[in-house]
Order: sequence, then C-alpha cells, then structure tokens
Amino acid sequence: MKKFTKMTGIAAPLDRANVDTDMIIPKQFLKSIKRSGFGPNLFDELRYLDEGQPDQDCSGRPLNEEFVLNKPRYNGTSILLARENFGCGSSREHAPWALEDFGIRVVIAPSFAEIFFNNCFKNGLLPIVLSDEQVDQLFKEVEANEGYELTVDLESQVVVTPSGAEMAFEVDEFRKHCLLNGLDDIGLTLQYADEIKAYEAKARQQSPWLFDAIK
Amino acid sequence: MAGKTLYDKLFEAHLVRQNDDGSSLIYIDRQVLHEVTSPQAFEGLRLAGRQPWRIDANIATPDHNVPTTERSGGVDEIKDPVSKIQVKTLDANCDEFGILEFKMNDQRQGIVHVMAPEQGAILPGVTAVCGDSHTATLGALGALAHGVGTSEVEHVLATQCLITKKMKNMLVRVDGELGPGVTPKDVVLHVIGLIGTAGGTGYAIEFGGDVFRNMSMEGRMTVCNMAIEAGARVGLVSVDQITLDYVNGRTYAPKGEQWDQAVEAWKNLVSDDDAEFDEVVVINGADIEPQVTWGTSPEMVVSVNDTVPNPANESDQVKVDGINRALAYMGLSADQKITDIKLDRVFIGSCTNSRIEDLRSAAEVVKGRKVADTIIQALVVPGSGLVKEQAEAEGLDKIFTEAGLEWREPGCSMCLAMNPDKLGAGEHCASTSNRNFEGRQGFGGRTHLVSPAMAAAAAIAGHFVDVREFVKQ
Ligand code: SF4
Repeated sequence: MKKFTKMTGIAAPLDRANVDTDMIIPKQFLKSIKRSGFGPNLFDELRYLDEGQPDQDCSGRPLNEEFVLNKPRYNGTSILLARENFGCGSSREHAPWALEDFGIRVVIAPSFAEIFFNNCFKNGLLPIVLSDEQVDQLFKEVEANEGYELTVDLESQVVVTPSGAEMAFEVDEFRKHCLLNGLDDIGLTLQYADEIKAYEAKARQQSPWLFDAIK
Repeated sequence: MAGKTLYDKLFEAHLVRQNDDGSSLIYIDRQVLHEVTSPQAFEGLRLAGRQPWRIDANIATPDHNVPTTERSGGVDEIKDPVSKIQVKTLDANCDEFGILEFKMNDQRQGIVHVMAPEQGAILPGVTAVCGDSHTATLGALGALAHGVGTSEVEHVLATQCLITKKMKNMLVRVDGELGPGVTPKDVVLHVIGLIGTAGGTGYAIEFGGDVFRNMSMEGRMTVCNMAIEAGARVGLVSVDQITLDYVNGRTYAPKGEQWDQAVEAWKNLVSDDDAEFDEVVVINGADIEPQVTWGTSPEMVVSVNDTVPNPANESDQVKVDGINRALAYMGLSADQKITDIKLDRVFIGSCTNSRIEDLRSAAEVVKGRKVADTIIQALVVPGSGLVKEQAEAEGLDKIFTEAGLEWREPGCSMCLAMNPDKLGAGEHCASTSNRNFEGRQGFGGRTHLVSPAMAAAAAIAGHFVDVREFVKQ
C-alpha cells in the first residue's frame, strides 16, 4: 500500500450528497480480473454521455462537459470535496480502487458510509471528516479560485488552505500509523517478518520434507 | 491436564505469534491456487511491488472454468471469454512467478482438491489454504486446511501466514459398521441432516469412530469435503496406517530417510484419548441409509425410502416457510415418495465424488445396463487427468459409454456450471456434488445430492431407487 504522509494538490468539488459506490464505479466493471485500471471508469455514468462497457477504450467516448472532473480547471485533481454520506451502497472495494487509480488520495466530506470509510484506509486513501460549515467554506473557496490547492498533513492532522488557514481533523491512531507507514494487512504481518523467518528456520529443522519439494 | 485434540496440535505447531487483538498468525505450509480466486491476489502483489514469500509452497491448476468436452485445441479455444481470460491469467501469473502449475491439458491437471493430495502436495500435519471453501477436503490427511478469500490468498502469497482465530473442537463419532451399499457420501449427508448446515459453525470437526477408521482415504476426503456444508471451515481425520499407505510414494511426498523421519512425526497426529471436545455427536453407523436431498440446502436430506417432508408436521414457522419455499422451487409435493422423483440429468463428478473409487462404484452399478430414455444427459467427469487415465486403464470409460453416459475431461463441470455444463430451468439432477442451492447447477435447476452408486442407479431407472435393492435385480 502507498504511504500517506503529507501532500498538496488540486481540489475538486463534487456537490451532491449520498454518492453511492455504484456511482463511483458501476457494476458492469466488477467482472475484471484486476484491481487496477478502474480509473477511466470512475464516476462512469456522470462522466460520459454513453453507457460504458468493460474493457472499452474510454479515450474516444463523449464526455459530459458539465461534470466537475471533466472541467479543465480541475485537471490533475487529487483531493475530492464531497457532501454527506459519501460512499454508501454496496461494499465493493472497487470504489476506493477506482478513486486511487484515477489519482485521488483524499476525500473530504461531512460524513462517510462506514464500509467505504474502512476500505479507504486499506487502499492508501485518506477520508477526512470536517464539519458542515468547514466543508461549505471549502466548496465556496474552491469554486471561486481557479487552481485552488489544499495541503493535507496526516502527521499533524490538518488541512491547510491557500490562505494558511488550518482545519484540524480526527483520525484513529492505529489507522494513522498504518497509512503513515504504508501498512495494509500484509504490511502489518510483514512487520513480524523476523518471527516468521524464525518459525521457518525451526520448521525446516523439524520437517525438512516440507521445503524445496514442490518445483 | 486434559489431552489435546488433533486440531489443537496442528494449530499450536503452526503458531507464529499471538496478536494483541486476539487473532493469531499461523504459518501456512501449502497453498493451492486456481484460476477464479487468484488473479486479484497476484495483481495485488504486483501493485505493491511484492514477491511471493516462498515459491515452493505453492501449486496451481485451472479447474472451475475449463471445458470438459474435447479440448485438445487448448486454452485459446475456450469459448466463454471470461473463462478464457481467467485460465490464461493463471497460466501467466504462475509463469511469471515460477509457481508449479499443471496447465489445462497436462495429465496431472484436475480439481484442486483432487489434484493436491493425489500429487502428495498435501501431507499429514501441514497447514494448507486454497481460495475455495471445499479445501476442507484435505483434512482427511490429518492436515489443517482452510478455504480462504482472495485477500487472504494474497496475504498467504506475500507472508506465508494466515491471520485467524482458534476454532472450537467438535467430534463426530460414527460407531460400528456401515450397511452394504452405504457410502461415505451417505454418512456425511446423514451428519449434515442431523446437525444442520450451521451445526459446525465456529468448529473444526474431527470425524472419528470405527466407521472412519475403516474408511479409505478417498472416502475420508468425501466426508471432510462436506464439513463446510455442516458449517465448519475445517474437517479432520486422525492419521493412521491408511493415511500413511495413501501418501507413500506420491510425487511430492518425502522419500527414503526423510520418509521414515516424517512417519515418526506423523504418528503424533491423532487426538489424545483424553482430549476434550467442546461438542460430541455420536451416531450408530448401522442406522445410516442411502441419502437423497430433496430441498435447496444440504440439510434437507432424507433416506431414499422416505418421503418428502410435510410442512404440516412442523411447528416452527421459519421451518414451515423454508420447507414450502424449497418444495415450490424443487417442484415437489409434501409426502411424495423419494423414489417417485423423476430425473432429467445425472452428474457424477466434483471434488466430493470424482476419485477412482467413486467411479468404480458408479461403474459397477451401470455395467451391462442402459441409461433410461427419459434422461437427457448423464455425465461422468473424473476429478483429474490421472483419475481419468486410471479409469480408462480399468475399462470404466467403456462401461460408462456403453451404458449411455458421457465420459468427460477433468474439471469442476456441472458442480457449479461455470463452464458450459448446466442444468436447464426446472430440470431435476441426481448429482454427486456438494451444494443443492437454488441455481447452483444452472438457472432454475433442481439438484439432488446423492452418492455415486445412487446417482448411477438413478440414471438407469430414470428416477431414484434404493441402490441396495437395485443391484440385486
Ligand atoms: S468441484 Fe465444485 S465444489 Fe469442488 S472445487 Fe470445483 S466448483 Fe468447488
């Protein structure tokens, strides 16, 4: 998993509540054998005017010019501003995969659906909860200023606006530790690599027939 | 201090560390991979820039998606595009990482749970995982085998460990002897009927008692295979001479001095006499009769000479509703005789019943007889290329084809209908597989789980018959 420490990037405002995971990545894209490559189909139904098919080259598809991520001023967005209950609906982990593949590392909203919220942390994404007023203010500032960038500092748990104003956010200690160090379940287990190796050395002594047999 | 169960011993022997949150990290000796649940795991490794922890702990083969009809054209000729991509992806991943794979047309290819023990890749005392719930099969060898999900497949590839919680111990003891014509499949269906599909949830089930002590390894695999249908992720049988005789000489089993050393260690792989189980179920083997499932859950099972249950005899409303729903889906009426259920198709195969003994027992029943005219299709699908070869050497393929059954290439086939072998809507199938859920063998299909001998007899009669009477005719 990618580490998350501190980043500065373009923020884009997605001004609707209850964005569900089917909107983030529609179901026809779940048949893939991969967990990467979902970026071109992120928000497929909002982003394009036609109906998307799996394995299709999206470069020639008609774009919905009105959709926020299609506007030139939001090119290279890495921070998504959203409204309440972001990520509701099915538990598909493809939703954070699609956001991540598109290049988004942070979603800021007044509230998130729980499974989506958990899935973000497992995939190197940082979901940030700010108050309604703070989110409102960010929406206003982003819309008023082209090229608006936010800085997100996980270590000190603040979002910093271009004017230098700081907005503090909460994050679970353990999850923060995992994100800062890029530890998913596998990363966590690999912290105990020495113990695994020690076990293996002992097993090799006791049951040598279990090693180097299958090749 | 009380003695230990086999499960306790296997678990403790593989414990790497106890995590703070109460979970445990256990070392996994073997992982078996197939094409459906592994692609995203390999992809995850690549995305994170990780390598498999230990290549020589893995063995792979495609099984769920492979066609079982003539397939000498190879993977490129698989018609279903999603199936083709999955099989090709497994081939590419195994090639990339150097993992041993028996590809589709390799003689050693087969259903994962048939192939792995056949090769000696699974040995007594190992821990094993596979991204498939019927991995419980491998417990027959006295191995601790778990079915896992794709993220766990990736976790084991990357760390050689599984994060798990210790289960409780259940002993299912079947005493005495089985009657003639009663098979391991009937035993396990009877057990599931008794304890229910959730009866084993949270437990590792050990199968003990004289019936299992006298059962062949293949029979033990049939029983452990369906531990999951009783709710248990793990099924186990203690190691004895029958286990050792089965393992001895297999390709990846230890040889020479190492064999002697291994046998010494494996002798301890039994539950101690004074081991305490959290739950004990005792059954008299003589009470078990040939079984047939009538409904849409493996626990909806009765003896062949019984009738379909009547909801009027149930007081619990949830059960009444369940029976009514199953009757409607299966197109059966209450109190109907099981032997009056007419069949459209017959499937002999799957990781439950596709080994050589299963095929022999089915062949014995159909020998010199003809499949009933009313049967649309009767399939025999061996569990692996090697089972197929053995069966052909014994002339079983001829017996089947002369009787009017189709003889196929190895794979999962109609067990889950991911390849073109499917039931039509409303069709009744006598199947030796393990799940009779709605739509499992094809949309609207009606599955009845039975033993290979019972399926064979049903193919000839066109409806269920008591195989014990049938063979006398
Ligand atoms: S035969 Fe059926 S149950 Fe067994 S592994 Fe294949 S699909 Fe799963």
